[in-house]
Amino acid sequence: LVFTEEDKYGLYSNLLFKYFLAEGVVCGHDLFVASARDHPDNILKELPAPLLDDTNRNELGEEATAVKSQDFQDSMKIAWRYQNLPKMEASPTTSTKFGHYYDVSKTMSPELSRSIKWHSFYLPEELSSQPKMKTCNMKSAYARLLHSIQRIIYQEGFDGSDPQKKQKNILRIGIQSLGSMLWGDDICSSDTPEDIHSLTKFLYVLRGLLRKSLSACIITVPAHLIQNKAIMERVTNLSDTVVGLESFIGSERETNPLYKDYHGLVHVHQIPRLNSLICDVSDTKDLAFRLKRKLFTIERLHLPPDLSDTVSRASKQDLAESAKLLSSGCGAMAIGKKHLDF
Amino acid sequence: QGKFTLLRDTRTDGSFLVHHFLSFYLRAGCKVCFVALLQSFSHYNIVAQKLGVSLTAAKERGQLVFLEGLKSCLDLLFGEKEEQPGQPSPLQFMSESTSNLKALFDFVRTSLTPTGSDSWKGSVLLMDDLSVLLSLGAAPVAVLDFIHYCRVAVCSQLKGNVVVLVHSNEDSEDEENELIVNSLCHHSDLILWVEGLATGFCKDVHGQIKIIRRVSLELTAEQDRVQIYQYKIQDKNVTFFARGLSAAVL
Repeated sequence: LVFTEEDKYGLYSNLLFKYFLAEGVVCGHDLFVASARDHPDNILKELPAPLLDDTNRNELGEEATAVKSQDFQDSMKIAWRYQNLPKMEASPTTSTKFGHYYDVSKTMSPELSRSIKWHSFYLPEELSSQPKMKTCNMKSAYARLLHSIQRIIYQEGFDGSDPQKKQKNILRIGIQSLGSMLWGDDICSSDTPEDIHSLTKFLYVLRGLLRKSLSACIITVPAHLIQNKAIMERVTNLSDTVVGLESFIGSERETNPLYKDYHGLVHVHQIPRLNSLICDVSDTKDLAFRLKRKLFTIERLHLPPDLSDTVSRASKQDLAESAKLLSSGCGAMAIGKKHLDF
Repeated sequence: QGKFTLLRDTRTDGSFLVHHFLSFYLRAGCKVCFVALLQSFSHYNIVAQKLGVSLTAAKERGQLVFLEGLKSCLDLLFGEKEEQPGQPSPLQFMSESTSNLKALFDFVRTSLTPTGSDSWKGSVLLMDDLSVLLSLGAAPVAVLDFIHYCRVAVCSQLKGNVVVLVHSNEDSEDEENELIVNSLCHHSDLILWVEGLATGFCKDVHGQIKIIRRVSLELTAEQDRVQIYQYKIQDKNVTFFARGLSAAVL
């Protein structure tokens, strides 16, 4: 279960959300898209087109499993993106390279996006339909979504309930902006929400569904709006992977020379530890992302070498403080807070 | 015998201790009731096989009673058949507005009560993990009551052991969770506290473990004994060493 916290304006998390779905299309997986805000048809029309140049290797797939978490910045709104790691027996039926590249300046051709089977859940339409269902005291929107997902999993045989079905496929589920007010939940708008357990119950049941079937799920959540931090801690506990996206738009980091090449940071708060005592940690914990005209990349954050003599003391201090927070991945920088001038 | 062990983790994942205790008690020949709320059966099974124990075999010979929380919850929400009145689902508190965990306790008690043909060396209740119950809607007082009932039933009456995993954070804003953790700390006989290193991530030392033996509970005017080790988790076991003496340094 991948849980993503959105960046403040939702730009980049939307992009990653679409990447996840686009990867599903290219791999031939089935898709399930749920949203309360944009109609899933529109989301599907805007998926980025795959780059069919076979010589490129995609790092996007690797970054999902590779990073480690970093300290919080209190003043920043942290966007988390969770990447879903599927509990799957069969690996996807693709070539040996891991994932694909996408060109964000073009949208995927309709023939390609219609080549797979996809299901949608658009909340305003679903609310009007009537059937009663068991809700376990959850908000009805969440309960409907769960019933819808479970129905698809059962009908399409993703949970192995149909032994006749020879072709095993994977269901990629994408849920956009969960927990926002459009889902009928007030955790994003009030300090003492009416029902703080709805979201966590939803995640628990979703986790059960994912474990029982060949599916993967990505959820984006506007975490910066959630006032009650206890919910975020519980949610982290219930998810496999937790990733945060923090964009520099509108923050003081936008003009910080440290970050001039990048558009934001990626914080990985948790990586899954499934079926084993250990988990796969990499050396780097600092990742930043940038959106070029065609490509969205996530890279190691490295500090440029400190060559200039004329850097003023204030910014040196800033850089040094940031250097303290970064781990061993970056080059040599002053560790101390004070810059001694002789 | 009759001990309550608390596994606590902060800033890291202490589930390796759960795997350890599971295989330890199964190998020792005890009857184990494992309430697994966070992961699926196959996850525990695969890790247990690496540690040399087969959970499926243990289940078949009746040594292990496994409650897979994720599956029960799905049955509760999506199950079509009505439950028999004598056997409510252990996770029933999720769908009712009364948040008492009596059904869960009854499940635990019936699974550990020895039947005539049993010859196990002891009873053990293992829980992974308690903090999830709060996420599912149980009130903190209900959780504490549940643990209290379990202690009475398992530790006092059956002379068995109880091992429970909880998560906690230092600056946690989850007050309900902190309440439970603090309360359990006071009542435990043994606390294994796993923490991530204060200095940050390290490839060779995954964290430190503090072992606190609550000797002070025995009213002999002794202080609790605390030992601290650091550890590194490998694929099939965990190595412990004194602080600062990791193999990478020596």
